[in-house]
Amino acid sequence: MRLLSFWMSHREELAGMVERHLFLVLWSTAIATAIGLPAGIVAAHRPRIGRPLLAAASIAQTIPSLALLGFLLPLPFIGGIGPRIAIVALILYALLPIVRSTAAGLRSIDPAIIDAGVAMGMTARQLLWLVELPLALPSIVAGIRIATIVGIGTATIAAAIGAGGLGEYIFRGLSMVDSTVILAGAIPAALMALLADGILTWVERRLSSGHRQRSAAVPLAVATAALLLIAVAGSAGLGATRADTIVVGSKNFTEQVVLGELLAQTLERRGIRVTRRLNLGGSFICDRAIRSGDIDAYVEYTGTALAAILKQPLEKDPDAALTSLRNAYGRSGLSVLAPLGFNNTFAMLVRHEDADTLGLATIDDLHRVEAQWRPGFGYEFAERADGYAGLLKTYELRFTTPPRVMELNLVYRALSSRQVDVIAGDATSGLIKALNLTMLRDNRSYFPPYYAVPIVRSAVLLARPELREAVNELAGRISEDDMRAMNASVDVEHRDVAATVRNFLDATLPN
Amino acid sequence: MNDPVVSLVGVRFSYGTHVVLDDLDLAVGAGESLALVGRSGSGKSTVLKLIDRLLLPDAGSVVVEGRDTREWDPINLRRRIGYVLQEIGLFPHLTIEENVALVPRLEGWPVERRRARAHDLLELVGLPAAEFADRWPRELSGGQRQRVGVARALAVDPPILLMDEPFGALDSITRQELRTEFQRIRRHLRQTVILVTHDMDEAFALGDRVGVLERGRVTFGRPALTR
Repeated sequence: MRLLSFWMSHREELAGMVERHLFLVLWSTAIATAIGLPAGIVAAHRPRIGRPLLAAASIAQTIPSLALLGFLLPLPFIGGIGPRIAIVALILYALLPIVRSTAAGLRSIDPAIIDAGVAMGMTARQLLWLVELPLALPSIVAGIRIATIVGIGTATIAAAIGAGGLGEYIFRGLSMVDSTVILAGAIPAALMALLADGILTWVERRLSSGHRQRSAAVPLAVATAALLLIAVAGSAGLGATRADTIVVGSKNFTEQVVLGELLAQTLERRGIRVTRRLNLGGSFICDRAIRSGDIDAYVEYTGTALAAILKQPLEKDPDAALTSLRNAYGRSGLSVLAPLGFNNTFAMLVRHEDADTLGLATIDDLHRVEAQWRPGFGYEFAERADGYAGLLKTYELRFTTPPRVMELNLVYRALSSRQVDVIAGDATSGLIKALNLTMLRDNRSYFPPYYAVPIVRSAVLLARPELREAVNELAGRISEDDMRAMNASVDVEHRDVAATVRNFLDATLPN
Repeated sequence: MNDPVVSLVGVRFSYGTHVVLDDLDLAVGAGESLALVGRSGSGKSTVLKLIDRLLLPDAGSVVVEGRDTREWDPINLRRRIGYVLQEIGLFPHLTIEENVALVPRLEGWPVERRRARAHDLLELVGLPAAEFADRWPRELSGGQRQRVGVARALAVDPPILLMDEPFGALDSITRQELRTEFQRIRRHLRQTVILVTHDMDEAFALGDRVGVLERGRVTFGRPALTR
């Protein structure tokens, strides 16, 4: 029921995501067919070239989709945030089934039929178009069908790099720990896959049952034309993003989406046009996006920027941190504007009842439970210099059980459902109160400050002076409590991000 | 004999190290029907493939209509030769009419003309067009399919007709029937025919002249051949 009302209240957004999803899958499958069909023909006719070709396609298939997106991200021309890179990745996945089924379809033709064609004086081209391709067509369509279904599933991952599509609901749902939102994206994607399977299976049957080709070709052509129209309509919307609009990005967790929306609405209040590229992925993806000019602004945290992005020594003093940040970013053509106010440091969190019964107040108190407890972290905390390794060293902690590493969004849920016992979370998370968690005091001052600062491309600031003014309106205006309240509004009370931000701005920046 | 339409002079051919034809001489005159008999593996099919330029000889020359097959454009040559295969090789995605009309289509005949031609040929091989033209190859019996194969080979009225065990895969009654049928067709059309078979009766029924292919060569008129 909640799902239905979610769809009803988001129907325009949903329609847009479905369209974008179709756009990604159709273009990638179409291009993969354009490449895979000739490659399959070569593979069938010249096994010596065909074998390495198939091997290459197989290898592309085995790369996990997130890893593939990561590899493609820094490449020139195809790299960068957005649908282009997603389409390239989807093409790579679609190639194998298409090449393989084309080659198999051609190889399975009775040699006597080929002999007859050659003997009657067909040229190689005539043989291909009049005999081989028509006979291999059902097999080729089967390959396209598989490629399409794989594409529909894989395209959900594309939301991680800001390509849009139904995966956005899935990622949003993960960050909100809300299965309704996950289902809101997963169910339409599954239905789409089933529908594609049904249609293409039907086409395949028509073709192989030896009915007149023409009778199947007509609906096939109509369906293809209709789908291409959708794809073209979808792509028409893409070109219109740049020009004089400011592109605001964010990482892929609730607070970041809220902050992105906050930047966007603040600019819009000043009459500046904004394109939102929220939910882009982790710090590294946002950093790459702003350096490549894919986005113009996003909110970063001082500690994250220093340690994880700029690879500089940790700096405990907030002002010194800000200065070295400004220097380092300045060299890359990026400007650091005034901090927003709150400090979203890492927080070591435990269940409130455990803190009570065991009397845990500081991180040092974890020594009492290090033999029994299992820690849990997001991927970034596990890897970063200011993350897990440093924590163990500073506090001389030795957990007997190795930590479980998972999606950041799942960590809170894992803690409250007792799959792990202590987690590294955000000090401003709205879930701290909602899930009744206790934050342990950092008594050895291990965590550097993580003040939220807007990062903006300097070139854009120069061209649009009103931008700096607008963003600086937010300087020092957001306290830890404000941030926690907005996070809770979205994560716990399931309010709309845009509405949450609008309420906050109405109260904080009255016009 | 007047100028031969097809002649093989000192032809040698081998698959790898296995010599199949060795110093083979053969000449077939215009309008003549030559039947070649031989055991399987004796190189019967190879002779036909050399004439259709599906293969080129290692030594010697194959001359068709006065020109060495090496000098022929293979496509042009094959369009002048009708070829009936034992496995027939009808195109399963085309109707009977489309199968028969395929070479005329490749030759660029207008639709109406090739349609009329296909119908005439189907009538000639004993398959009434009204009943068979729009059917699919898989709906036909083996004998009917082989008739379509013959009709297809005759489609552009080629001067030369090659037949490779044309009725070999059929049951004996159908085979007998098709032989009679073919003799009737031969009276209508005066193609030069070269037919290979392992069946003596078939060779004598269909050939004006019968040659035996043995140890890479052809010999004629050896009545003492045992079988």
